[in-house]
Amino acid sequence: MNNKLYGNLIFELSKTGRKGYSLPKTDFQHSTSELPKALLRQNEAELPECDELTVVRHYTNLSHNNFGVNDGFYPLGSCTMKYNPIINEEIAAMKTFAGLHPLQPADTCQHALELYYALQESLAELTGLSEFTLNPCAGAHGELTGLMIIRAYHESRGDEKRTKVLIPDSAHGTNPASAAVCGLDVVEVKSLANGTVDVDDLKRLIGECGDEVAAMMMTNPNTLGIFEQAIPEITKLVHDCGGLMYYDGANLNPMLGECRPGDMGFDVMHINLHKTFSTPHGGGGPGSGPVGVREGLEQFLPTPRVVLREDDENGVAFHVETGDYEKTLGSVGNFFGNFAVMLKAYTYILTLGRENIKMVGPLATLNATYIKESLKDVYELPIDGLCKHEFVFDGLKDKSTGVTTMDVAKRLLDYGYHAPTIYFPLLFHESLMIEPTENESKETLDSFIAVMRCIAEEAKNDPELVKTAPHNTPIGRVDDVLAAKHPIVTWRQLKAEQ
Amino acid sequence: MNSQTKQSPLPWGGDGGGFKFFPHTDEDLQAMLKVAGVKSLGDLYADVPDSIRFRKDYDLPEAQSEIELRQLFESMADLNAPLTCFAGAGVYDHYAPSVVQNLIERSEFLTSYTPYQAEISQGTLHYIFEFQSMMTELTGMDISNASMYDGATATAEAVMMAFANAKKATKVLVSETVDPKTVRVVETYAKFHGIDIVKIAQKDGVTDRNDLLAKLNEGEVAGVVVQAPNYFGIVEDFTGFADAAHEQKALFIINNVASDLAILKTPAEWGADIAVGDGQSLGIPMSFGGPGVGYMCCTEKLIRKMPGRIVGMTKDNRDQRAFVLTLQAREQHIRRQKATSNICSNQSLMALYVTIYLSVMGKQGLREAAEQSYAAAHYLCDELTATGLCKLTYQQPFFNEFCVTFNDLKADDILSECADYGIAAGVKIDENTLMLAVTEQRSREEIDDLVSIIKQMKEEKV
Repeated sequence: MNNKLYGNLIFELSKTGRKGYSLPKTDFQHSTSELPKALLRQNEAELPECDELTVVRHYTNLSHNNFGVNDGFYPLGSCTMKYNPIINEEIAAMKTFAGLHPLQPADTCQHALELYYALQESLAELTGLSEFTLNPCAGAHGELTGLMIIRAYHESRGDEKRTKVLIPDSAHGTNPASAAVCGLDVVEVKSLANGTVDVDDLKRLIGECGDEVAAMMMTNPNTLGIFEQAIPEITKLVHDCGGLMYYDGANLNPMLGECRPGDMGFDVMHINLHKTFSTPHGGGGPGSGPVGVREGLEQFLPTPRVVLREDDENGVAFHVETGDYEKTLGSVGNFFGNFAVMLKAYTYILTLGRENIKMVGPLATLNATYIKESLKDVYELPIDGLCKHEFVFDGLKDKSTGVTTMDVAKRLLDYGYHAPTIYFPLLFHESLMIEPTENESKETLDSFIAVMRCIAEEAKNDPELVKTAPHNTPIGRVDDVLAAKHPIVTWRQLKAEQ
Repeated sequence: MNSQTKQSPLPWGGDGGGFKFFPHTDEDLQAMLKVAGVKSLGDLYADVPDSIRFRKDYDLPEAQSEIELRQLFESMADLNAPLTCFAGAGVYDHYAPSVVQNLIERSEFLTSYTPYQAEISQGTLHYIFEFQSMMTELTGMDISNASMYDGATATAEAVMMAFANAKKATKVLVSETVDPKTVRVVETYAKFHGIDIVKIAQKDGVTDRNDLLAKLNEGEVAGVVVQAPNYFGIVEDFTGFADAAHEQKALFIINNVASDLAILKTPAEWGADIAVGDGQSLGIPMSFGGPGVGYMCCTEKLIRKMPGRIVGMTKDNRDQRAFVLTLQAREQHIRRQKATSNICSNQSLMALYVTIYLSVMGKQGLREAAEQSYAAAHYLCDELTATGLCKLTYQQPFFNEFCVTFNDLKADDILSECADYGIAAGVKIDENTLMLAVTEQRSREEIDDLVSIIKQMKEEKV
């Protein structure tokens, strides 16, 4: 990675008359000047004009300002920054897949539909649920889809007043946000001092409004990386009051090989393929958020659906179906999801196979536990005990130095690590959430542990050094307030400022 | 085998036969378990009640080597050669210069997370700023966000944004000429969000102006949604739509195919408040429909009501120009259930496709590709209608996609016959109507082939 900023914008490299493309000569007789003038744009789009090499250098240089999993250790809690296998990219880019049009006849794309179907089936097996839709494009999109399924289920039974969703106070912000978009009201469930759901508080809430509960949303392990041991009791309480259990698959990784959401009693869940199934985060997308349901809820899944069906003409074949699902919640995207991402996930499943996939959870958990145990004498571990794939420190143990979690995170950048997730979950003031994933070696973890200890030392001996970090990155800390107070979000605005 | 190997908790034991994504040797494992304070990996799950532990093997295939994987996928590929594509309906077979795919694969972009740590994410933040800038240039609007999942969800988000913006409104009007796939998504979101979707009738393939005005006059309208080119490929005239919507305090929302904005009147010029659509036509492979990218642009006034990520300019403590995720007070991780949307990512890498594509094509290349698509589509239309087998379904101006209705050939038969020749002949609209799209990738020869196959079908029928 750069330690000096490459700071150009492509617009600043543009020069009128430069060209970065070539197109074939054509001799068709038509031109858009035939269109009524009222339908044509009057103001030209000021797009950059650059030669090809300038463009190549620009984006190559920009990439050097970035830090990816391939650059170094990325212990970003709740994000599961595992290795993104190279072969996945090659498979997804094959012309036979990348060149498919989503509406071409089904008998010309049986291969793609077969893989799509196989992934649906594999996810059902891995989670202990009945059927999956792969249509949602991201985790949050999956959550929304899952909640729509739940509402469609209640409405199909004429149970219109179930508009409340129980969500633990430790939950990620998307849970309540998805509930709100789905037209549901959020009821917060308290956590105990040990970070798990307060079952007594849950009982109280169910006593107050049990007949209005549409669902309870949970991750397990929860956002602290702690397994909710009371899950059988919790699912029973919610089911008994007529609600459904929603599993946020953000923390599915440590469960691989050990425990399936369906067996825990969950009815609906989403999976982040970009976490558990190794597809790249791409700087914030594209993700993929398949949603699974238990038996009996399949009819509410969104359309289109990819099914295996027998007909007179073709025998057994794969089909994309949109009609004939009377109880479907509707559609949540243009077509049937982020297909290229699914190919990567399925390639990953095949690469691991049944013998290796069951080791993912235990090794991810071992790696997290190893870091936790190696650092808990210098960082504050608010909740001791078993963790799963991640855990949370509440800042440095020694609070007298004034060095905050933010400072520790920024100092880590100087040492060539991505920062952990900070100030989440909101249960602690100085949350520092670490998730190493199963792909990291003992040597990588040992180096990270050594650096974390070194930063703790620096905090004692030279706190200013840590408070003013980072020092070795392309830029220093940024002024967030300036950006929000006077938003400049386009080149046009930027030019007007100059 | 020695006794130590037998005790190994790893499936590959101590025999050096590890798995390529797990670096743990047997020795590492023993040392790490000791630090973890447990005897076995299973002990790390002692807190999981026995009744719900998974003790079986997954019913999945065995691990495949890269050689086997390649054989598997290549054997599938052999059976399904890509088709010469005349299908559109939201996904278009435009050409992306090699530069685009090559730069996309740089792992610093590909394997990075959402750019929360601005100090080590300026690469991502720069290109998102460029993407936002380019989308505002194309649409003419003031502001763009960092991208959405796709055009359909972007439209649904725009509808919710209009609803949140309105004081007293219950419904949003959507033209019948909007892509039915988009409408289905809008209706799904709206149903759960408590918004009524009312359709504006179409007349001769375009939005019926009188019906729009009548429905606006009924009041309680938060927004009006139209599309250009519309679902049938027609370029509609929206003159007066914005004023009529604004008179009722409704927002005017236009959905476009992004690449066509090189030529077509912009949402800003039509007076739109929100511009949304698919950006797939700007350098993104069709990939069976995804991932693509949605975009959303709006007027400056609406910036704080916009969903999704937004990147803004600022300074760092070394006085350098820098970029950062901004206006986060709108978002779910701060506002939870009061956020403008639940979206927490964008389609970042797909926005990068668009940004690099637009950088190499530039304003001239984008126009040229659009001109060529227009010219080739009109040539195909001329040739098809000249056969006397079909006529243009709607006598309206179109861009690079159009509908033809056949006198007696069936759309299904044409699609299936052409598929045998390796051609995706379009998308079926009804029994005798086919919608065809043409891009700069289609040569005169390919177009002539398509026409002659259809002609031959007629002759065989006779």
